[in-house]
Amino acid sequence: MKFGVLQFPGSCDEVDALDAARRVADAELIWHGERDLRGADAIVVPGGFSYGDYLRAGAIARFAPAMESVIEFARSGGLVLGICNGFQVLCEAHLLPGALLGNASLRFTFRQVHLDVVQPDTAFTRACGPGPRASRETGKAGGDRTGDGPRIRLSIPAKHSWGRYYADESTLDELERNGQVVLRYAPGENFNGSLRDIAGVRNEAGNVFGLMPHPEHAVEALIGGSTDGLCIFQSMRIAVEEGAVRA
Amino acid sequence: MRARVLIRPKAGILDPQGEAVERALPALGFAGVADVHVGRLVELDVEDPAQLQSMCERLLANPLVEDYEIQLLDGSG
Repeated sequence: MKFGVLQFPGSCDEVDALDAARRVADAELIWHGERDLRGADAIVVPGGFSYGDYLRAGAIARFAPAMESVIEFARSGGLVLGICNGFQVLCEAHLLPGALLGNASLRFTFRQVHLDVVQPDTAFTRACGPGPRASRETGKAGGDRTGDGPRIRLSIPAKHSWGRYYADESTLDELERNGQVVLRYAPGENFNGSLRDIAGVRNEAGNVFGLMPHPEHAVEALIGGSTDGLCIFQSMRIAVEEGAVRA
Repeated sequence: MRARVLIRPKAGILDPQGEAVERALPALGFAGVADVHVGRLVELDVEDPAQLQSMCERLLANPLVEDYEIQLLDGSG
């Protein structure tokens, strides 16, 4: 199983994403100017400031040759993970609903955040359940929103200025109904003002997922204090092994 | 043809930049300022102004969260 990690001018988290992916499978970088996804079984669109974030974050990266191939890959069912700037790119590419706006605080914020996995059965979260890598909490710590399952909480870092998830009310209702809200900021953790505490969403088909926090920065206890991010990559590997489309 | 595109946050969407400016002006002694919004301005020469709307929809604005207004300028603008 092989991950392809995109690299744009201005990406800065692609090496950590590559390292995280290599802890669970093979992985290689794919330069933004290439259309060939090199047989990758899953794609990671990493964090950073693609094309300087000029105009709007992700607005220009979305038209990169590699992204054209990723859009085709996603439409044929391939697994695509967008982290931070990658999430913004996937929204701009209309592979995911909504948009990321400036943090309500207007500040760049870098902190560890706690996330509730509200959809533990997706292709991106199925390995995040009870086990050594994630702590399961019982009770209603995360509120009692309809459709939210048992509480699985991840601790991973977030660092961004433009991470306030926005979609109009009817879209948000539809996302909730379809179980497309995969991650929420735990109570008190929504530092950017995201609507309905949304930290990560998937598309309706379930093969594209984006989140603002950085699972690739939480894979090594020695430097991060948490390895909770690894389960996202492990989940993708499991999903591919159970049968997904190859690029 | 010289054209100008004005891009604004859609009404009703939190505009923290506008709010920050609205708070900053009174701090400088400018009274009576309200409802401040901050947007973006793109000026360009185009051979075919009919393409401007498509340019806005696909790249210059994000229609999900932004409104845009196209102005065609006389002469060299």
